[in-house]
Amino acid sequence: MRICCCIKRVPAPGARINVTADGLDVDSAHLGFTTSPHEECAVECAVQLVERNGGEVTVLTLGLVDAVEQLRYAVSVGASKAVLVNADSNAWDPQRTAAALAAAIAELEATQGRFDLMLFGNESADAGGFQVGVRVAHALGRPMVQGIKDIELHDDETTGRVVTARREIDGGFEVYELCCPCVLGVMEGLNLPRYPTMKGRLSSKKVEISEISANADPGVQKRVRLHRPSEMVTETVILGTGPEAAPAVVDVLEELGVL
Amino acid sequence: MLLVVVEHDGNAVVEAGLEALTFGRALANRMGADLHAALIGADDDSMIEQVGRFGAARVHVAAPEELHDYSPYGYGAIVAALVAELDPEAVLACATSRGNEVMATAAAHLDAALVANCAEISPGDPWRITRVQWGGSLLEDVTVDADVTLLTCSLHTVIAAPGDTENDLEVEYFDVGIDDMAIATMVKDRVVLEAGVTLPTAPVVCGGGRGVGSAAGFAQLEELAELLGGRVGCSRAVTNLGWRPHSDQVGQTGTRIAPEIYIASGISGAIQHWVGAMASKHILAVNIDPEANMVIKADWAVIADLHEVIPAITAEIRSRRS
Repeated sequence: MRICCCIKRVPAPGARINVTADGLDVDSAHLGFTTSPHEECAVECAVQLVERNGGEVTVLTLGLVDAVEQLRYAVSVGASKAVLVNADSNAWDPQRTAAALAAAIAELEATQGRFDLMLFGNESADAGGFQVGVRVAHALGRPMVQGIKDIELHDDETTGRVVTARREIDGGFEVYELCCPCVLGVMEGLNLPRYPTMKGRLSSKKVEISEISANADPGVQKRVRLHRPSEMVTETVILGTGPEAAPAVVDVLEELGVL
Repeated sequence: MLLVVVEHDGNAVVEAGLEALTFGRALANRMGADLHAALIGADDDSMIEQVGRFGAARVHVAAPEELHDYSPYGYGAIVAALVAELDPEAVLACATSRGNEVMATAAAHLDAALVANCAEISPGDPWRITRVQWGGSLLEDVTVDADVTLLTCSLHTVIAAPGDTENDLEVEYFDVGIDDMAIATMVKDRVVLEAGVTLPTAPVVCGGGRGVGSAAGFAQLEELAELLGGRVGCSRAVTNLGWRPHSDQVGQTGTRIAPEIYIASGISGAIQHWVGAMASKHILAVNIDPEANMVIKADWAVIADLHEVIPAITAEIRSRRS
């Protein structure tokens, strides 16, 4: 089967994020970069599905040429093809990003065949727009469900290949069944992504990165500036420095009415 | 007119749906516009009544029979059809996973902008919006200049509260066709794993981080959580170490909690974790490091080894109860 994973290069989560002087971008001078966490799990999921069912995994990203680092990483953990959708900025709005990705995917499919499954992260760790995958699926006319934490495949005699996908909700799961070709937005927790092997590292160095130039009109959402929220200042009351603090803790619980 | 898409679970409007109505009421006021609500996939008198109490002047009920459960495409297509029919200036939902998904689908149908996770919205020409990035550690100011703007308001930005005045609620039934894609993406089955209190709704969450030391170390937190009718949560480091399932993870890539009190033990409070915990009404940190981010941001702290403090708290609760 053919699986396409759309990934995004983002500053490593957990770092303190600074903003450039003009406020229009993240200051990346002292930041490490990584693949957005949900998408790391998407790549792992795709690689596992191909290991069991045969086929190949194509990773695709839209952004500056720096994002080749994340494409190569995906190859080092099992993807076989890598495509950079070359854009002049990392800060395209979601409408424009999705339109360019849909066009690039259509171009790939025209020459290499249809993707049975496309995986996106539920949302990117940085911009958090929650929509690029949904828009791409709609543009390509494929069913799409977000928030997926479990994926199983089976072949059905009448409908062909079917994906059973689970979404975690409060206190349980929703189960969806989509016929391929389809699109899923996945979340961290789907699996534990593997580390690259030596062999994987070697193939990632050798893999040829295909390039498609990104082409789409800007959407109507325009960034004015990025800024940090005002820091919350809390006076922390220290209740103690050992187990003798327990009565004071329980007093607090009693006061809050949770006892 | 502002149209609010009201989220429900099939039985009642959920808290996030009431938050969207509360947020929407203030926004409609600033717009000088009427507040309408959309109830999709449910024709239920008590839900309709609830929507009225939260300030909607008119509710559009769209509950086609074939759509007997949630369908992202089905719900999104109905929102798009409502926009085409009613021509609202803006459409708002709460930024839950379902809210964002339905609005993204509607936006794709309409080829309109969706500004997700908004914290502040100033209508005008253009609209000026502050939205949450990085799960809350960065804000983005954007402008949108469009015929219709689709918005989701960040979860827990407002506390849900009914309106001051009682409206005469008009109920309109919106007749809409359902296509194959709506059926194809509809929920096929539901699996209930646990009844009762869950992590997002627990009044008390006992969180543990790397400082807990091992999977077995969580037993003390389990005991305390059970005693308080709460749930155990954990940091991303803990799920990555395999000590707890991912469903227990509090954070940007896990669950957003909003308990009355969050007892965070052995958690340094990295941004990834903090954004999942910051809606907690109160925080008590237990940590050996007085400089830990979690301690600095907490209302109360105990600077000590959690494996000594937590059993002492449990024992104190037991002795007061007996």
